[in-house]
Amino acid sequence: MKANYGYKDGSGDYFITIDTEKCNGCGKCVEVCPYGVMAVGEDENDPLSDREVAFVTEKERKKIKYTCAPCKPNKDTVPPCIKACQMEAIIHSW
Amino acid sequence: MQKQPEYWRWTESRWTNPDIDWKGKIITSGVDVGSVSSQAVILADGELYAYSNMRTGSDSPDSAMKAMNWAMEDTGLTLNDLSYTVGTGYGRVNVPFSQRAITEIACHARGGNYMYGPTVRTILDMGGQDCKAIHCDERGKVTNFLMNDKCAAGTGRGMEVFADLLGVSINDVGDLSFDIDKEPQPVSSTCVVYAKTEATGLLREGWPKNKVLAAYCSAMAHRIMTLLERIGVEEDFAITGGISKNKGVVKRLEKEVGIKIMETSKYDPQIAGALGAALFAKALYDKGKK
Repeated sequence: MKANYGYKDGSGDYFITIDTEKCNGCGKCVEVCPYGVMAVGEDENDPLSDREVAFVTEKERKKIKYTCAPCKPNKDTVPPCIKACQMEAIIHSW
Repeated sequence: MQKQPEYWRWTESRWTNPDIDWKGKIITSGVDVGSVSSQAVILADGELYAYSNMRTGSDSPDSAMKAMNWAMEDTGLTLNDLSYTVGTGYGRVNVPFSQRAITEIACHARGGNYMYGPTVRTILDMGGQDCKAIHCDERGKVTNFLMNDKCAAGTGRGMEVFADLLGVSINDVGDLSFDIDKEPQPVSSTCVVYAKTEATGLLREGWPKNKVLAAYCSAMAHRIMTLLERIGVEEDFAITGGISKNKGVVKRLEKEVGIKIMETSKYDPQIAGALGAALFAKALYDKGKK
């Protein structure tokens, strides 16, 4: 499943996409995220599965443009969560 | 003073399947407590038996209770007959008689799959205060999703505000929005607050009500289109939620997407979330028994 967490507002699209088919639930993105945006747990959108996957925490979903900003000083910087993910399961839309 | 008519008030509904006798069957249920409407769905051995769809009050547990009581009305069922209940929607953690809460994304995919059949690949839920675009496989499992709940632009609540502003019953908005000479430019902002300001201005310029409705329906369709573009639309394409009853938005969206939108099923399209929850309740009940 491609899980798009985030929002669209007047200034643009701000989504973190997690490919749960690729994600192995290792939790490295959680360790490197300085702001608690990432978490690992049961897949709330696939309630019959027992696998643990990464997701964006509920409290950050509506403000990632601001929370993630320090990790993205310019558009060429690769944020730590993406760098840490060996499965290449995380994509930022902006 | 004469009481102002409530133009926004949409029709609540309830239904019981006359061909099913629930006695001796496994009863599971789903309750969707949304921001604007609440639904309860009851399944007997996994078959749709009864449902209700009503307005959410200020108190989530109370709204869940009321929706369930209305669904059970005249069926002889009581809360004790429910083997497993799943809550979903904004108020999903506030359903006092539920065993589990599941996100509305998962529930809408599952419910849409049941209502529209296994060929559905894209489900757009246009709810009271948010909008969800979901891709699912032939079993109703989510494969891609996107949700916009940060702002109420392009949602049912926005339509309610417009119905009130123009003094048109919300059930007539769709038809009236086509009763125009020429399709107007959409209102430039879909933000409910700004769009209302803009509409007031248009009325002052002498625009007829229908034209203003057309401009708003069209802006809403456009707004949803930009959201859909991110995940794309795959056939078959179905819409659930309150706005799916508004032809003014649905037909205009169909034109923008260029893909035919499936005819609404015989059930109320607002129950998709609760129906999905009830189907999960059945699956979880069966899983627990093994």
